[in-house]
Amino acid sequence: MTTLVRLASELDFAGWRTAARALRLNGVAPDQVAWTVGREAELYADAEPLPQAPETAAFAAPRAFLALAEALSMHRAPERFALAYRLLWRLAGQPNLLSLITDPEVERANRMAREVERAAYRMKQYVRFRKVADEAGGEAYIAWIEPEHRALARAAPFFVDRFANMAWAILTPDQTVRWRDGALEFGPGAPREAAPKDDELEAMWRTYFASTFNPARLKVKAMTTQMPKRLWRNLPEAELIPSMIAQAARRSDAMVANPPSEPARRTARAIQRKVRDAPYDDGYRPNSTQEVWAAVDACRRCELWRNATQGVAGEGPARAALMLVGEQPGDQEDLAGKPFVGPAGQLLNRALEEAGVPRDLTYVTNAVKHFKFEPRGKRRIHAKPNAGEIRACRWWLDSERRLVKPKVIVALGATAGQAVFGHAVSVMKDRGAPESLGDGATGLLTVHPSYMLRIPDEADKARAYALFVQDLKQAWSLAA
Amino acid sequence: MPVLSLSRKLEILADAAKYDASCASSSAPKRTSRDGKGLGATDGHGICHAFTPDGRCVSLLKVLLTNFCVWDCAYCVNRVSSNVQRARFSVQEIVGLTLDFYRRNYIEGLFLSSGVIRNADYTMEQLVRVARSLRQGHDFRGYIHLKLIPEASPELVREAGLWADRLSANIELPRAEALGELAPEKSASAVKRAMGLVRRSLDEAAPDPKARAAPRRFAPAGQSTQMIVGADGADDAEILARSETLYGAYKLRRVYFSAFSPIPDSTSRLPLQAAPLLREHRLYQADWLMRFYGFDRREIASAAPGGMLDLEVDPKLAWALANRERFPVDVNRAEREALLRVPGLGVKSVDRILDLRRHKRVTLTDVAKLCRGIAAVRPFLVAADWSPGALTDSAGLRARLIPAARRAPMQPRLL
Repeated sequence: MTTLVRLASELDFAGWRTAARALRLNGVAPDQVAWTVGREAELYADAEPLPQAPETAAFAAPRAFLALAEALSMHRAPERFALAYRLLWRLAGQPNLLSLITDPEVERANRMAREVERAAYRMKQYVRFRKVADEAGGEAYIAWIEPEHRALARAAPFFVDRFANMAWAILTPDQTVRWRDGALEFGPGAPREAAPKDDELEAMWRTYFASTFNPARLKVKAMTTQMPKRLWRNLPEAELIPSMIAQAARRSDAMVANPPSEPARRTARAIQRKVRDAPYDDGYRPNSTQEVWAAVDACRRCELWRNATQGVAGEGPARAALMLVGEQPGDQEDLAGKPFVGPAGQLLNRALEEAGVPRDLTYVTNAVKHFKFEPRGKRRIHAKPNAGEIRACRWWLDSERRLVKPKVIVALGATAGQAVFGHAVSVMKDRGAPESLGDGATGLLTVHPSYMLRIPDEADKARAYALFVQDLKQAWSLAA
Repeated sequence: MPVLSLSRKLEILADAAKYDASCASSSAPKRTSRDGKGLGATDGHGICHAFTPDGRCVSLLKVLLTNFCVWDCAYCVNRVSSNVQRARFSVQEIVGLTLDFYRRNYIEGLFLSSGVIRNADYTMEQLVRVARSLRQGHDFRGYIHLKLIPEASPELVREAGLWADRLSANIELPRAEALGELAPEKSASAVKRAMGLVRRSLDEAAPDPKARAAPRRFAPAGQSTQMIVGADGADDAEILARSETLYGAYKLRRVYFSAFSPIPDSTSRLPLQAAPLLREHRLYQADWLMRFYGFDRREIASAAPGGMLDLEVDPKLAWALANRERFPVDVNRAEREALLRVPGLGVKSVDRILDLRRHKRVTLTDVAKLCRGIAAVRPFLVAADWSPGALTDSAGLRARLIPAARRAPMQPRLL
């Protein structure tokens, strides 16, 4: 015959304790007890009522067991009351039962108690208060949360410790707690609508959450084990997570691919002073391509700076597998301060595209950094830099090579060839033959794009262009 | 300069602070506001209030006072030569944000750092003002972590320790020479002097049973530091040696390792590629073994050929595989120290095994219930009903254990 226990509520631990005591003193075995909450009892029409506990009899349960049973009572599993009574029953014959932590029932009870503790801990972590004006005109802080287990009573003292001097309440579907006049008041569960909808600070909190995230170290699983998705709907910041993850790879790639930006004006001035005032060869070495960009304009290693508008350094990412070296800036480049922006640059861009070489991953520079020309009326006619000028400017090219560390360097034309290989070269004889350079890079010689611009015959021009694209393709495959 | 909204400032200054790995809010003394005054509490255990998709915990409001900086440290996004947008909080703004966030249970407290403006003392004074305002002006009892500005005067450091729970100065790079090259204004010796000053003040504040007066309060949660992994050429053995030296010399609570990750507007002096996060993880595991498992650094290094920790297996398993003559260990008889060296058994598992074996003979099934995965443990253990036989010394053992070891990382996520 089954004995029926009616508990007042899901959280009726006191009721369980009284009933368990009476059952054990009357010798009612665990498999003869039905534990019910509220109206569930109606399902058991013909069960025995709970017997009275004999007045004189008594027994002692270990303190650790009572703590365990109380934790169990907060678990959502329906069998928690029966499990607690089974342990109490077994303790009579096996006083050290709770020490046998690998016993299946002890293990299960301990695991459930840990789950309750974790639910309480997660409330401490994830309760988000919203501020409202209370009846008395003061402020009150109210939170809504759906805990995994009915652990509100476990979590409440934590909030008293830190918010003893605020008015606050935590609402859950099972139970609510309110801190008022120095005491905790527990009440029945409340619906989500009973909590405030919003808080003025939540936008600020979301801003913080998004800004403190480092997209270069995405570890989604490490996040979700600690903050499972089912909790997200009560976390104001969680709505940002999907887009933060989606954009992470792009943001992080952009950091790597983006060329370093121009140094701030103040830094540029400091570097230029350093270059102008310090001896070149002993002491100063540029530490970044930005420094090269800033400093090249102050270069006085040869006389070309006098007539040129500005020094034109290379352009491209801080590290690149492929470096293209041209002869010198032309008329357009001298004005713009950037390499390969004139007609030859446009042809180069087209050829790069056809060869499948992304220009933004390529470092593009010149053997000589100032424009050498002869004035002819209203025009400036390109002049070929001499060996002394190439040698003087090699210091800059070598700095760029040291910093950018390309695997392949393509010399465009004879001047570039002399600067890259360190000796005079013949473009028509040596082109397309990879040659190992001292610093681990491979050098490759080809024509300068402006050479194609000067070929009068269209068919010859097309042939030369095709060969040029071929050389760029070869360079890119060597660099891959 | 345009006037920035508070929200925009928060965006800039939180973004600028995020490269500091430390977000711990633990080891503070127990405080509450149950006495009817003040706001906040600490109980020694930090709480993570959120997790971002990088898997890191959000425990403190971690911001810079300003990202203006007169220094030019190559690895830092805030260096003077970087083109990031600059912003500066007022003291009131940070204090207000901290209190507003705290009252809503978003955070455990504040972690405040700063770019160096004008000079070290001026900057440190600004940081101290924020902490003083929180503690004295608002009776804030939550957690405060202040960054030390190297070369700030001893008086300011002492006052910082009076308000803050934890202080930290970052050593940044394992090699002092590399720091000199990458951070011309920041010298490793200035950082070490700052940590030395904190250590001396911590020693002075330690309770002396013979003294009548209570010692002056000083940073009860101690000090920590951070090292960037993979930005200079230091290998793992060198990094662990450096961190051991730092723990010993300055009584650090924690050395944080931060895998180098590319920063916006980077300089070409740095590697462009991130160091593998797994390397950082292995270093933390090795650090853990040295601090809680009784391992000596040389033992760990002996199982790290070429000075680099094995990325495929955790350092404890790597050590066990290299020292198989010390296994199997009898789970029913071995000392705690010997059990702690069994791969796959953590401190908690070992303590529970020790508890259980007072009541019964421990079987392999029992062990399986008390640890995270029995596959890695089994070859190294003798139990009441189990002996690994030739398994311990079998040639294919390492290969068999790799997937299991990858499934169950043993290092606790954070402190």
